[in-house]
Amino acid sequence: MTEPADLTVRLTVNGRVHEVRADPELTLLDVLRGELGLAGPRFGCGAGLCGACFVLLDGQPRPACDLPAAAAAGRDVVTVEGLAAGDDLHPVQQAFIDEQAAQCGYCTTGLVISAVALLRACPAPTSEQVREALEPNLCRCGSHGRVVRAVLKAAAAERD
Amino acid sequence: MPPPPAPEPGLPGDLAATPVLGRWLDFGVDGVVTIATGKVEYGQGVWTALAQIAAEELDVRLARVRVAPVSTATSPDEGTTSGSKSIEDSGAALRQACAQARRAVLAAAAGRLGADPAALGMRDGEVVTSSGGTGLSYWSLGGPGLRDAAGPPVAAKPCAQWSVAGRSAPRIDIPDKVTGRPRFLHDLLLPGMLFGRVVRPPAVAAELQAVGQADLPAGVIDVVTDGSFLGVVAETDAAARAAARRLGHAARWKVRDSLPDENDLRSFLLGEPAEISVIARRRDPAAAARAARTLTAEFSRPFLAHASMAPSCAIAQVQDAAVTVWTHSQGIFALRRALAAGLDIEPRRLVVRHAEGAGAYGHNGADDAALDAVLLARAPACRGRPVRVMWSREDEMAWAPLGSAMLARLSAGLGPDGRIQSWRQDVWSNGFLGRPGTGGEPRLLALAHLASGQPMSAAPDGPPVPIIGSVRNSLPGYDIPDVEVTRHRLLTMPIRTSSLRSLGAFLNVFAIESFMDELAAEAGADPVAFRLAHLADPRARRVIEQAAQMAEWPVQRGQDAGLGIGYARYKGTSGYCAAVAEVEAGTEVRLRRLWLAVDVGRVINPDGVINQAEGGAVQSASWALRERVRFDRAAITSVSWDSYPILRFTEVPDVTVRVVAAPGEQESGAGEVAQGPVAGAIGNAVAAAVGVRVRDLPLTRDRIIRAIEAG
Repeated sequence: MTEPADLTVRLTVNGRVHEVRADPELTLLDVLRGELGLAGPRFGCGAGLCGACFVLLDGQPRPACDLPAAAAAGRDVVTVEGLAAGDDLHPVQQAFIDEQAAQCGYCTTGLVISAVALLRACPAPTSEQVREALEPNLCRCGSHGRVVRAVLKAAAAERD
Repeated sequence: MPPPPAPEPGLPGDLAATPVLGRWLDFGVDGVVTIATGKVEYGQGVWTALAQIAAEELDVRLARVRVAPVSTATSPDEGTTSGSKSIEDSGAALRQACAQARRAVLAAAAGRLGADPAALGMRDGEVVTSSGGTGLSYWSLGGPGLRDAAGPPVAAKPCAQWSVAGRSAPRIDIPDKVTGRPRFLHDLLLPGMLFGRVVRPPAVAAELQAVGQADLPAGVIDVVTDGSFLGVVAETDAAARAAARRLGHAARWKVRDSLPDENDLRSFLLGEPAEISVIARRRDPAAAARAARTLTAEFSRPFLAHASMAPSCAIAQVQDAAVTVWTHSQGIFALRRALAAGLDIEPRRLVVRHAEGAGAYGHNGADDAALDAVLLARAPACRGRPVRVMWSREDEMAWAPLGSAMLARLSAGLGPDGRIQSWRQDVWSNGFLGRPGTGGEPRLLALAHLASGQPMSAAPDGPPVPIIGSVRNSLPGYDIPDVEVTRHRLLTMPIRTSSLRSLGAFLNVFAIESFMDELAAEAGADPVAFRLAHLADPRARRVIEQAAQMAEWPVQRGQDAGLGIGYARYKGTSGYCAAVAEVEAGTEVRLRRLWLAVDVGRVINPDGVINQAEGGAVQSASWALRERVRFDRAAITSVSWDSYPILRFTEVPDVTVRVVAAPGEQESGAGEVAQGPVAGAIGNAVAAAVGVRVRDLPLTRDRIIRAIEAG
């Protein structure tokens, strides 16, 4: 049996600083879901190919499943749990509810993360730009049309 | 014990089977109605629709209705949540149970008040008279009658009086899903929970020869071996994952090639021993003799994967002789029986509890993961702690049951008047009914790997009727005098198959609808007009006419564009759907738009129906255009999203769904109506756009180019 390295890393998640073990086997997703109890980022593939585990890393959408936790040290991690302002959902989250833009919902949190990042960079996207931005995210239930409508609606709501 | 009294005749089947009203609803929490169903939620929105039915019948606000978690310990056994039957089955049972409970409460209130029950009404759970509230309610009266068995059927509320059902209520599960609140089984963290992983063999046919020497990480609790089953339990998922990887590298296996040639599935399907059954036979020799021209063609699909967004997951806890399993299985009661039989546990010692997983489209790996979890959790080193097993993405793609490859050979005779006189359809496939317990066999993956294990037999396919199995929708829904359909169920199963959304309907309807266009062309008829000429059923005609109208059929969209139509009544007995596809064939073949008209009878939640039809359409398009399980002679090789691509956001067509109102008709499910018609529409649109027909799915760029070159 090998012993884990007796080191810790400091992670900033949703504005709070956490110290976690620097086990090289631990991905950022392991830490978020396991140590920190954040269920929003979801395990889908472990290879960064489906988008279910997306988080904002320094504002950019990125898979958490294939990133060693230590690689996120000193960077700003935001999960879907960090988007709402108190009881007020983020406009993207509200728009997903308004448009009933989900079936099973397993991919939803990753889609919300990608959409939030898009709208920060591009507040008035076209439908094509929304689709391009969501290209890294997979949805198996076929909610795509509703999701695109929700993101466009959120963009319009944020501009109002 | 005395035998239970015979159920009242005329009750919905599931209520007759579980007649005590209190098994279906409860007023134990003040102001709340808790309903129980045996049907599980996996994103199809069924709990919302069932809550609407209950709220409507009880006259309470929808927000008062909660749905109890589904468990073998408490829930009515309603079989498997499959086949688009939840609203038909559970909806009918709950509606009747609620109607009877409401009547019992009104009768009790009438007794208290000395009033005529007919003079009493119900307003958001409170008993009211014409002069106002009475202070009596479902909650204050404590649910009289809930301990009784359902009585003779009472009339449910006519849908003309509905105010909660029949409207697009927002789904009750979506807020949790956009905020990331724990809701999925994968999110469940039980106290003291351990994490397990299974090391699957490197091939379908493989025997574990030696575990070998692996340097295991800290935190490993135990390594479990039994025959060719190899698993590990650790304190954390990361440790279990790392240990499984190292064990996988160290283990030595004896591997045998056992899979067919992925590039010649036709020879495989036609060449294996098969059980032959006549599925439908309607003979009219005089009509058959009128056939002046006969067309024959073959259509095929490859093996298809569920490819759910979440890998299969389960938790098991073994304490003394009691076993508790948490699963996202679609059939918790069958799973309980299969686990009991497979592991020789008394069923009464086993409780199976459902928690949501990602979208399920049939029999996926959920049940197998449950067995994995029990096999690991019963290791003495776990000391009664719960063990969670989650599959890797690779195992999910390689080891979950698949939808079978299929071949359909069609032959039809056209009369001189351009009408179809005769139709023959032969279907070759592995069985689609491989769920746990089918045919009296547990049918759980790891059982075959245990030292005591038996190989799994070839999957059954159901009775010889065109509503189930590989031959679902193999009987054309058109008015044709002379018809015969034959099933060839393979008796070997080198690749494990089971149910996948719509079963054989996806290929059968693709084949029938493609062939209808070929026959229409032969008859010199417009495809829509040709279909209508062979359909007397007004509901069928209406969805075709509506879909054609939505798409402005037959207006052409430009040089490289093509329109195609597809139609089917799902199972021949359920919901109607017609689809029109618009394809653009430039340098790439691109599916631009889909228009669907669906008639699923009386509708509980219109937006729920639209969501299901949209999703079914997109998934069907993905199957038709992209998907194909890949394998070599030993193992499945399409084990990632790179090697098993599905349609992505930039490739998904715009989908427009119109729900055709049919309030007087029996409710039927919407989850599978689109699969066949959409595939047919796409095939026909591609043929219209490029001028040649591709009969083998998926309709990839390479196949279309080859067809053009050969054409």
